[in-house]
Amino acid sequence: MGMTMTQKILAAHAHLPVVKAGDLIEAKLDLVLGNDITAPVAVTVFDKAGFTEVFDKDKIVIVLDHYTPCKDIKSAQLCRQAREFAARFGITHLYDVGQAGIEHALLPEKGLVAPGECVIGADSHTCTYGALGAFSTGVGSTDMAAGMAAGENWFKVPAAIKVTLTGALGPYVSGKDVILHLIGEIGVDGALYKSLEFTGPGVAALSMDDRFTIANMAIEAGAKNGIFPVDEKSVEYVTGRVDRPWTAYEADPDAEYESEVVIDLSSLTPTVSLPHLPSNAKPIDEVKGMAIDQVVIGSCTNGRISDLRAAAEILKGRKVADGIRCIVIPATQEVSLQCIREGLAETFIQAGCVFSVPTCGPCLGGHMGCMAEGERCVSTTNRNFVGRMGHTQSEVILASPAVAAASAVAGVLASPLDIMKEG
Amino acid sequence: MKAGTVFKYGDNVDTDVIIPARYLNAPSPAELAKHCMEDIDPAYAGKVKPGDVVVGGWNFGCGSSREHAPMAIQASGASCVIAASFARIFYRNAINIGFPILECPEAAQAIQNGDKVRVDFAAGLITDETTGAVFQATAFPEFIGRIIENGGLLPYLKARQKGKE
Repeated sequence: MGMTMTQKILAAHAHLPVVKAGDLIEAKLDLVLGNDITAPVAVTVFDKAGFTEVFDKDKIVIVLDHYTPCKDIKSAQLCRQAREFAARFGITHLYDVGQAGIEHALLPEKGLVAPGECVIGADSHTCTYGALGAFSTGVGSTDMAAGMAAGENWFKVPAAIKVTLTGALGPYVSGKDVILHLIGEIGVDGALYKSLEFTGPGVAALSMDDRFTIANMAIEAGAKNGIFPVDEKSVEYVTGRVDRPWTAYEADPDAEYESEVVIDLSSLTPTVSLPHLPSNAKPIDEVKGMAIDQVVIGSCTNGRISDLRAAAEILKGRKVADGIRCIVIPATQEVSLQCIREGLAETFIQAGCVFSVPTCGPCLGGHMGCMAEGERCVSTTNRNFVGRMGHTQSEVILASPAVAAASAVAGVLASPLDIMKEG
Repeated sequence: MKAGTVFKYGDNVDTDVIIPARYLNAPSPAELAKHCMEDIDPAYAGKVKPGDVVVGGWNFGCGSSREHAPMAIQASGASCVIAASFARIFYRNAINIGFPILECPEAAQAIQNGDKVRVDFAAGLITDETTGAVFQATAFPEFIGRIIENGGLLPYLKARQKGKE
């Protein structure tokens, strides 16, 4: 029996000729990631256990992105603890305010992840890098500490669900609509403990940013990882960013999949997930018109340049509706700069949006856009759990940048197709 | 061990309700415990006593990777979580910090809020003393058993490192 793409990467990193679903293995790590919430906890357990060395100072990344620029004294203390740890061990990749960005947009941009690599991160959305054909998965702080100490960690080899994509996306339909649709199909635990392996002729038509968005939310279906094949677009993306050798793995033709989901990309329409689970997915036309108070465009899911271009296209020459607060957050410094160069920043500000510094901020109800009781937000983020963005009686509707921007203009949940048709 | 009182919740109990992000800026176990379950059960932190048992449905602990979630439940005094299934990062985190979790769909369904439940961790046996029902939880693989025996992943790694020296 052949191996899936994920299984091949895990086998190679465990120095085993073959692994199969259910095997418990110890695999070498190419990169270990943490942020300002999870790294301090990892540092505490690392020190408590008495470790005095890290496995490789060049293969640990600490990104201060969640509560930064620090929202209060307590978060400032956490950042200080992370900085001190980085200084103590000479960690090469510490990204602080001014260089930082949202980790899962930043790491690929900086060339810190390459196809075929094995990455753990103390952040659930670490699965984003599967877009590059890497095995990457979210873990907790103790796993991060173990990874920093040993350069390896334990994994249960996952079974896989094959997601075959056909066709191509229509106008104003994006990677976000694909993943919300998929989670709606299989549920928030539909891929629990498993890999989501994306394949099929539809992959080639997806931009890298769409693939990052799709892989990013694999965790929202419970998946261990989401992964895309390595093709011309991924090679083009890593060229100039990654300067070390890397390996493209392919699933064996006889790889075993537990099930298969087929999605015809051309059949999808803009899709949103209503409160309070990402699996409450609905085509926009069934639910448009819902009252809203706030719009957030950004995050590790949708804060990349093509996301902001999609939002700006709709906001250009239009205004955010009265009574709506629209917060635009480029994911990284590079995306921010690109927004300024392309005039997108001006478009957002002219439209009446606030154009923020890179931060995870409002996605997790941290800062820069928390909501009051009874408020509702259309957000390009990834979770709409109870109290996720603020008060327990506030609500989050997950959507693409195009839907979020259209809703900001309309003042209610709206379809970008309607807004652009109206002219 | 003594029987504990059950605090029962539904499916998809996510890490944002186990410990809301607004409290992650103070990651001491005692601080986290004060706010554990606050957004679905504000009374939990005030009522839970050492040895009590949290019971959830499917996909317990879904969402964020925050280890603060099992830390908060552990620090609240609960002796373990029994659920029909666990989200994978929560599952790893609980094992890694040495906090017992038991996967048992039958127990998760049958046990009711307020029941008195006793757990034999070594045997994976769950006894509902209120109803007399006994359930067998899924056994841990041997490797994971060794991590738990050592009190968590880092003590396990440390012990292994010493073994090599």
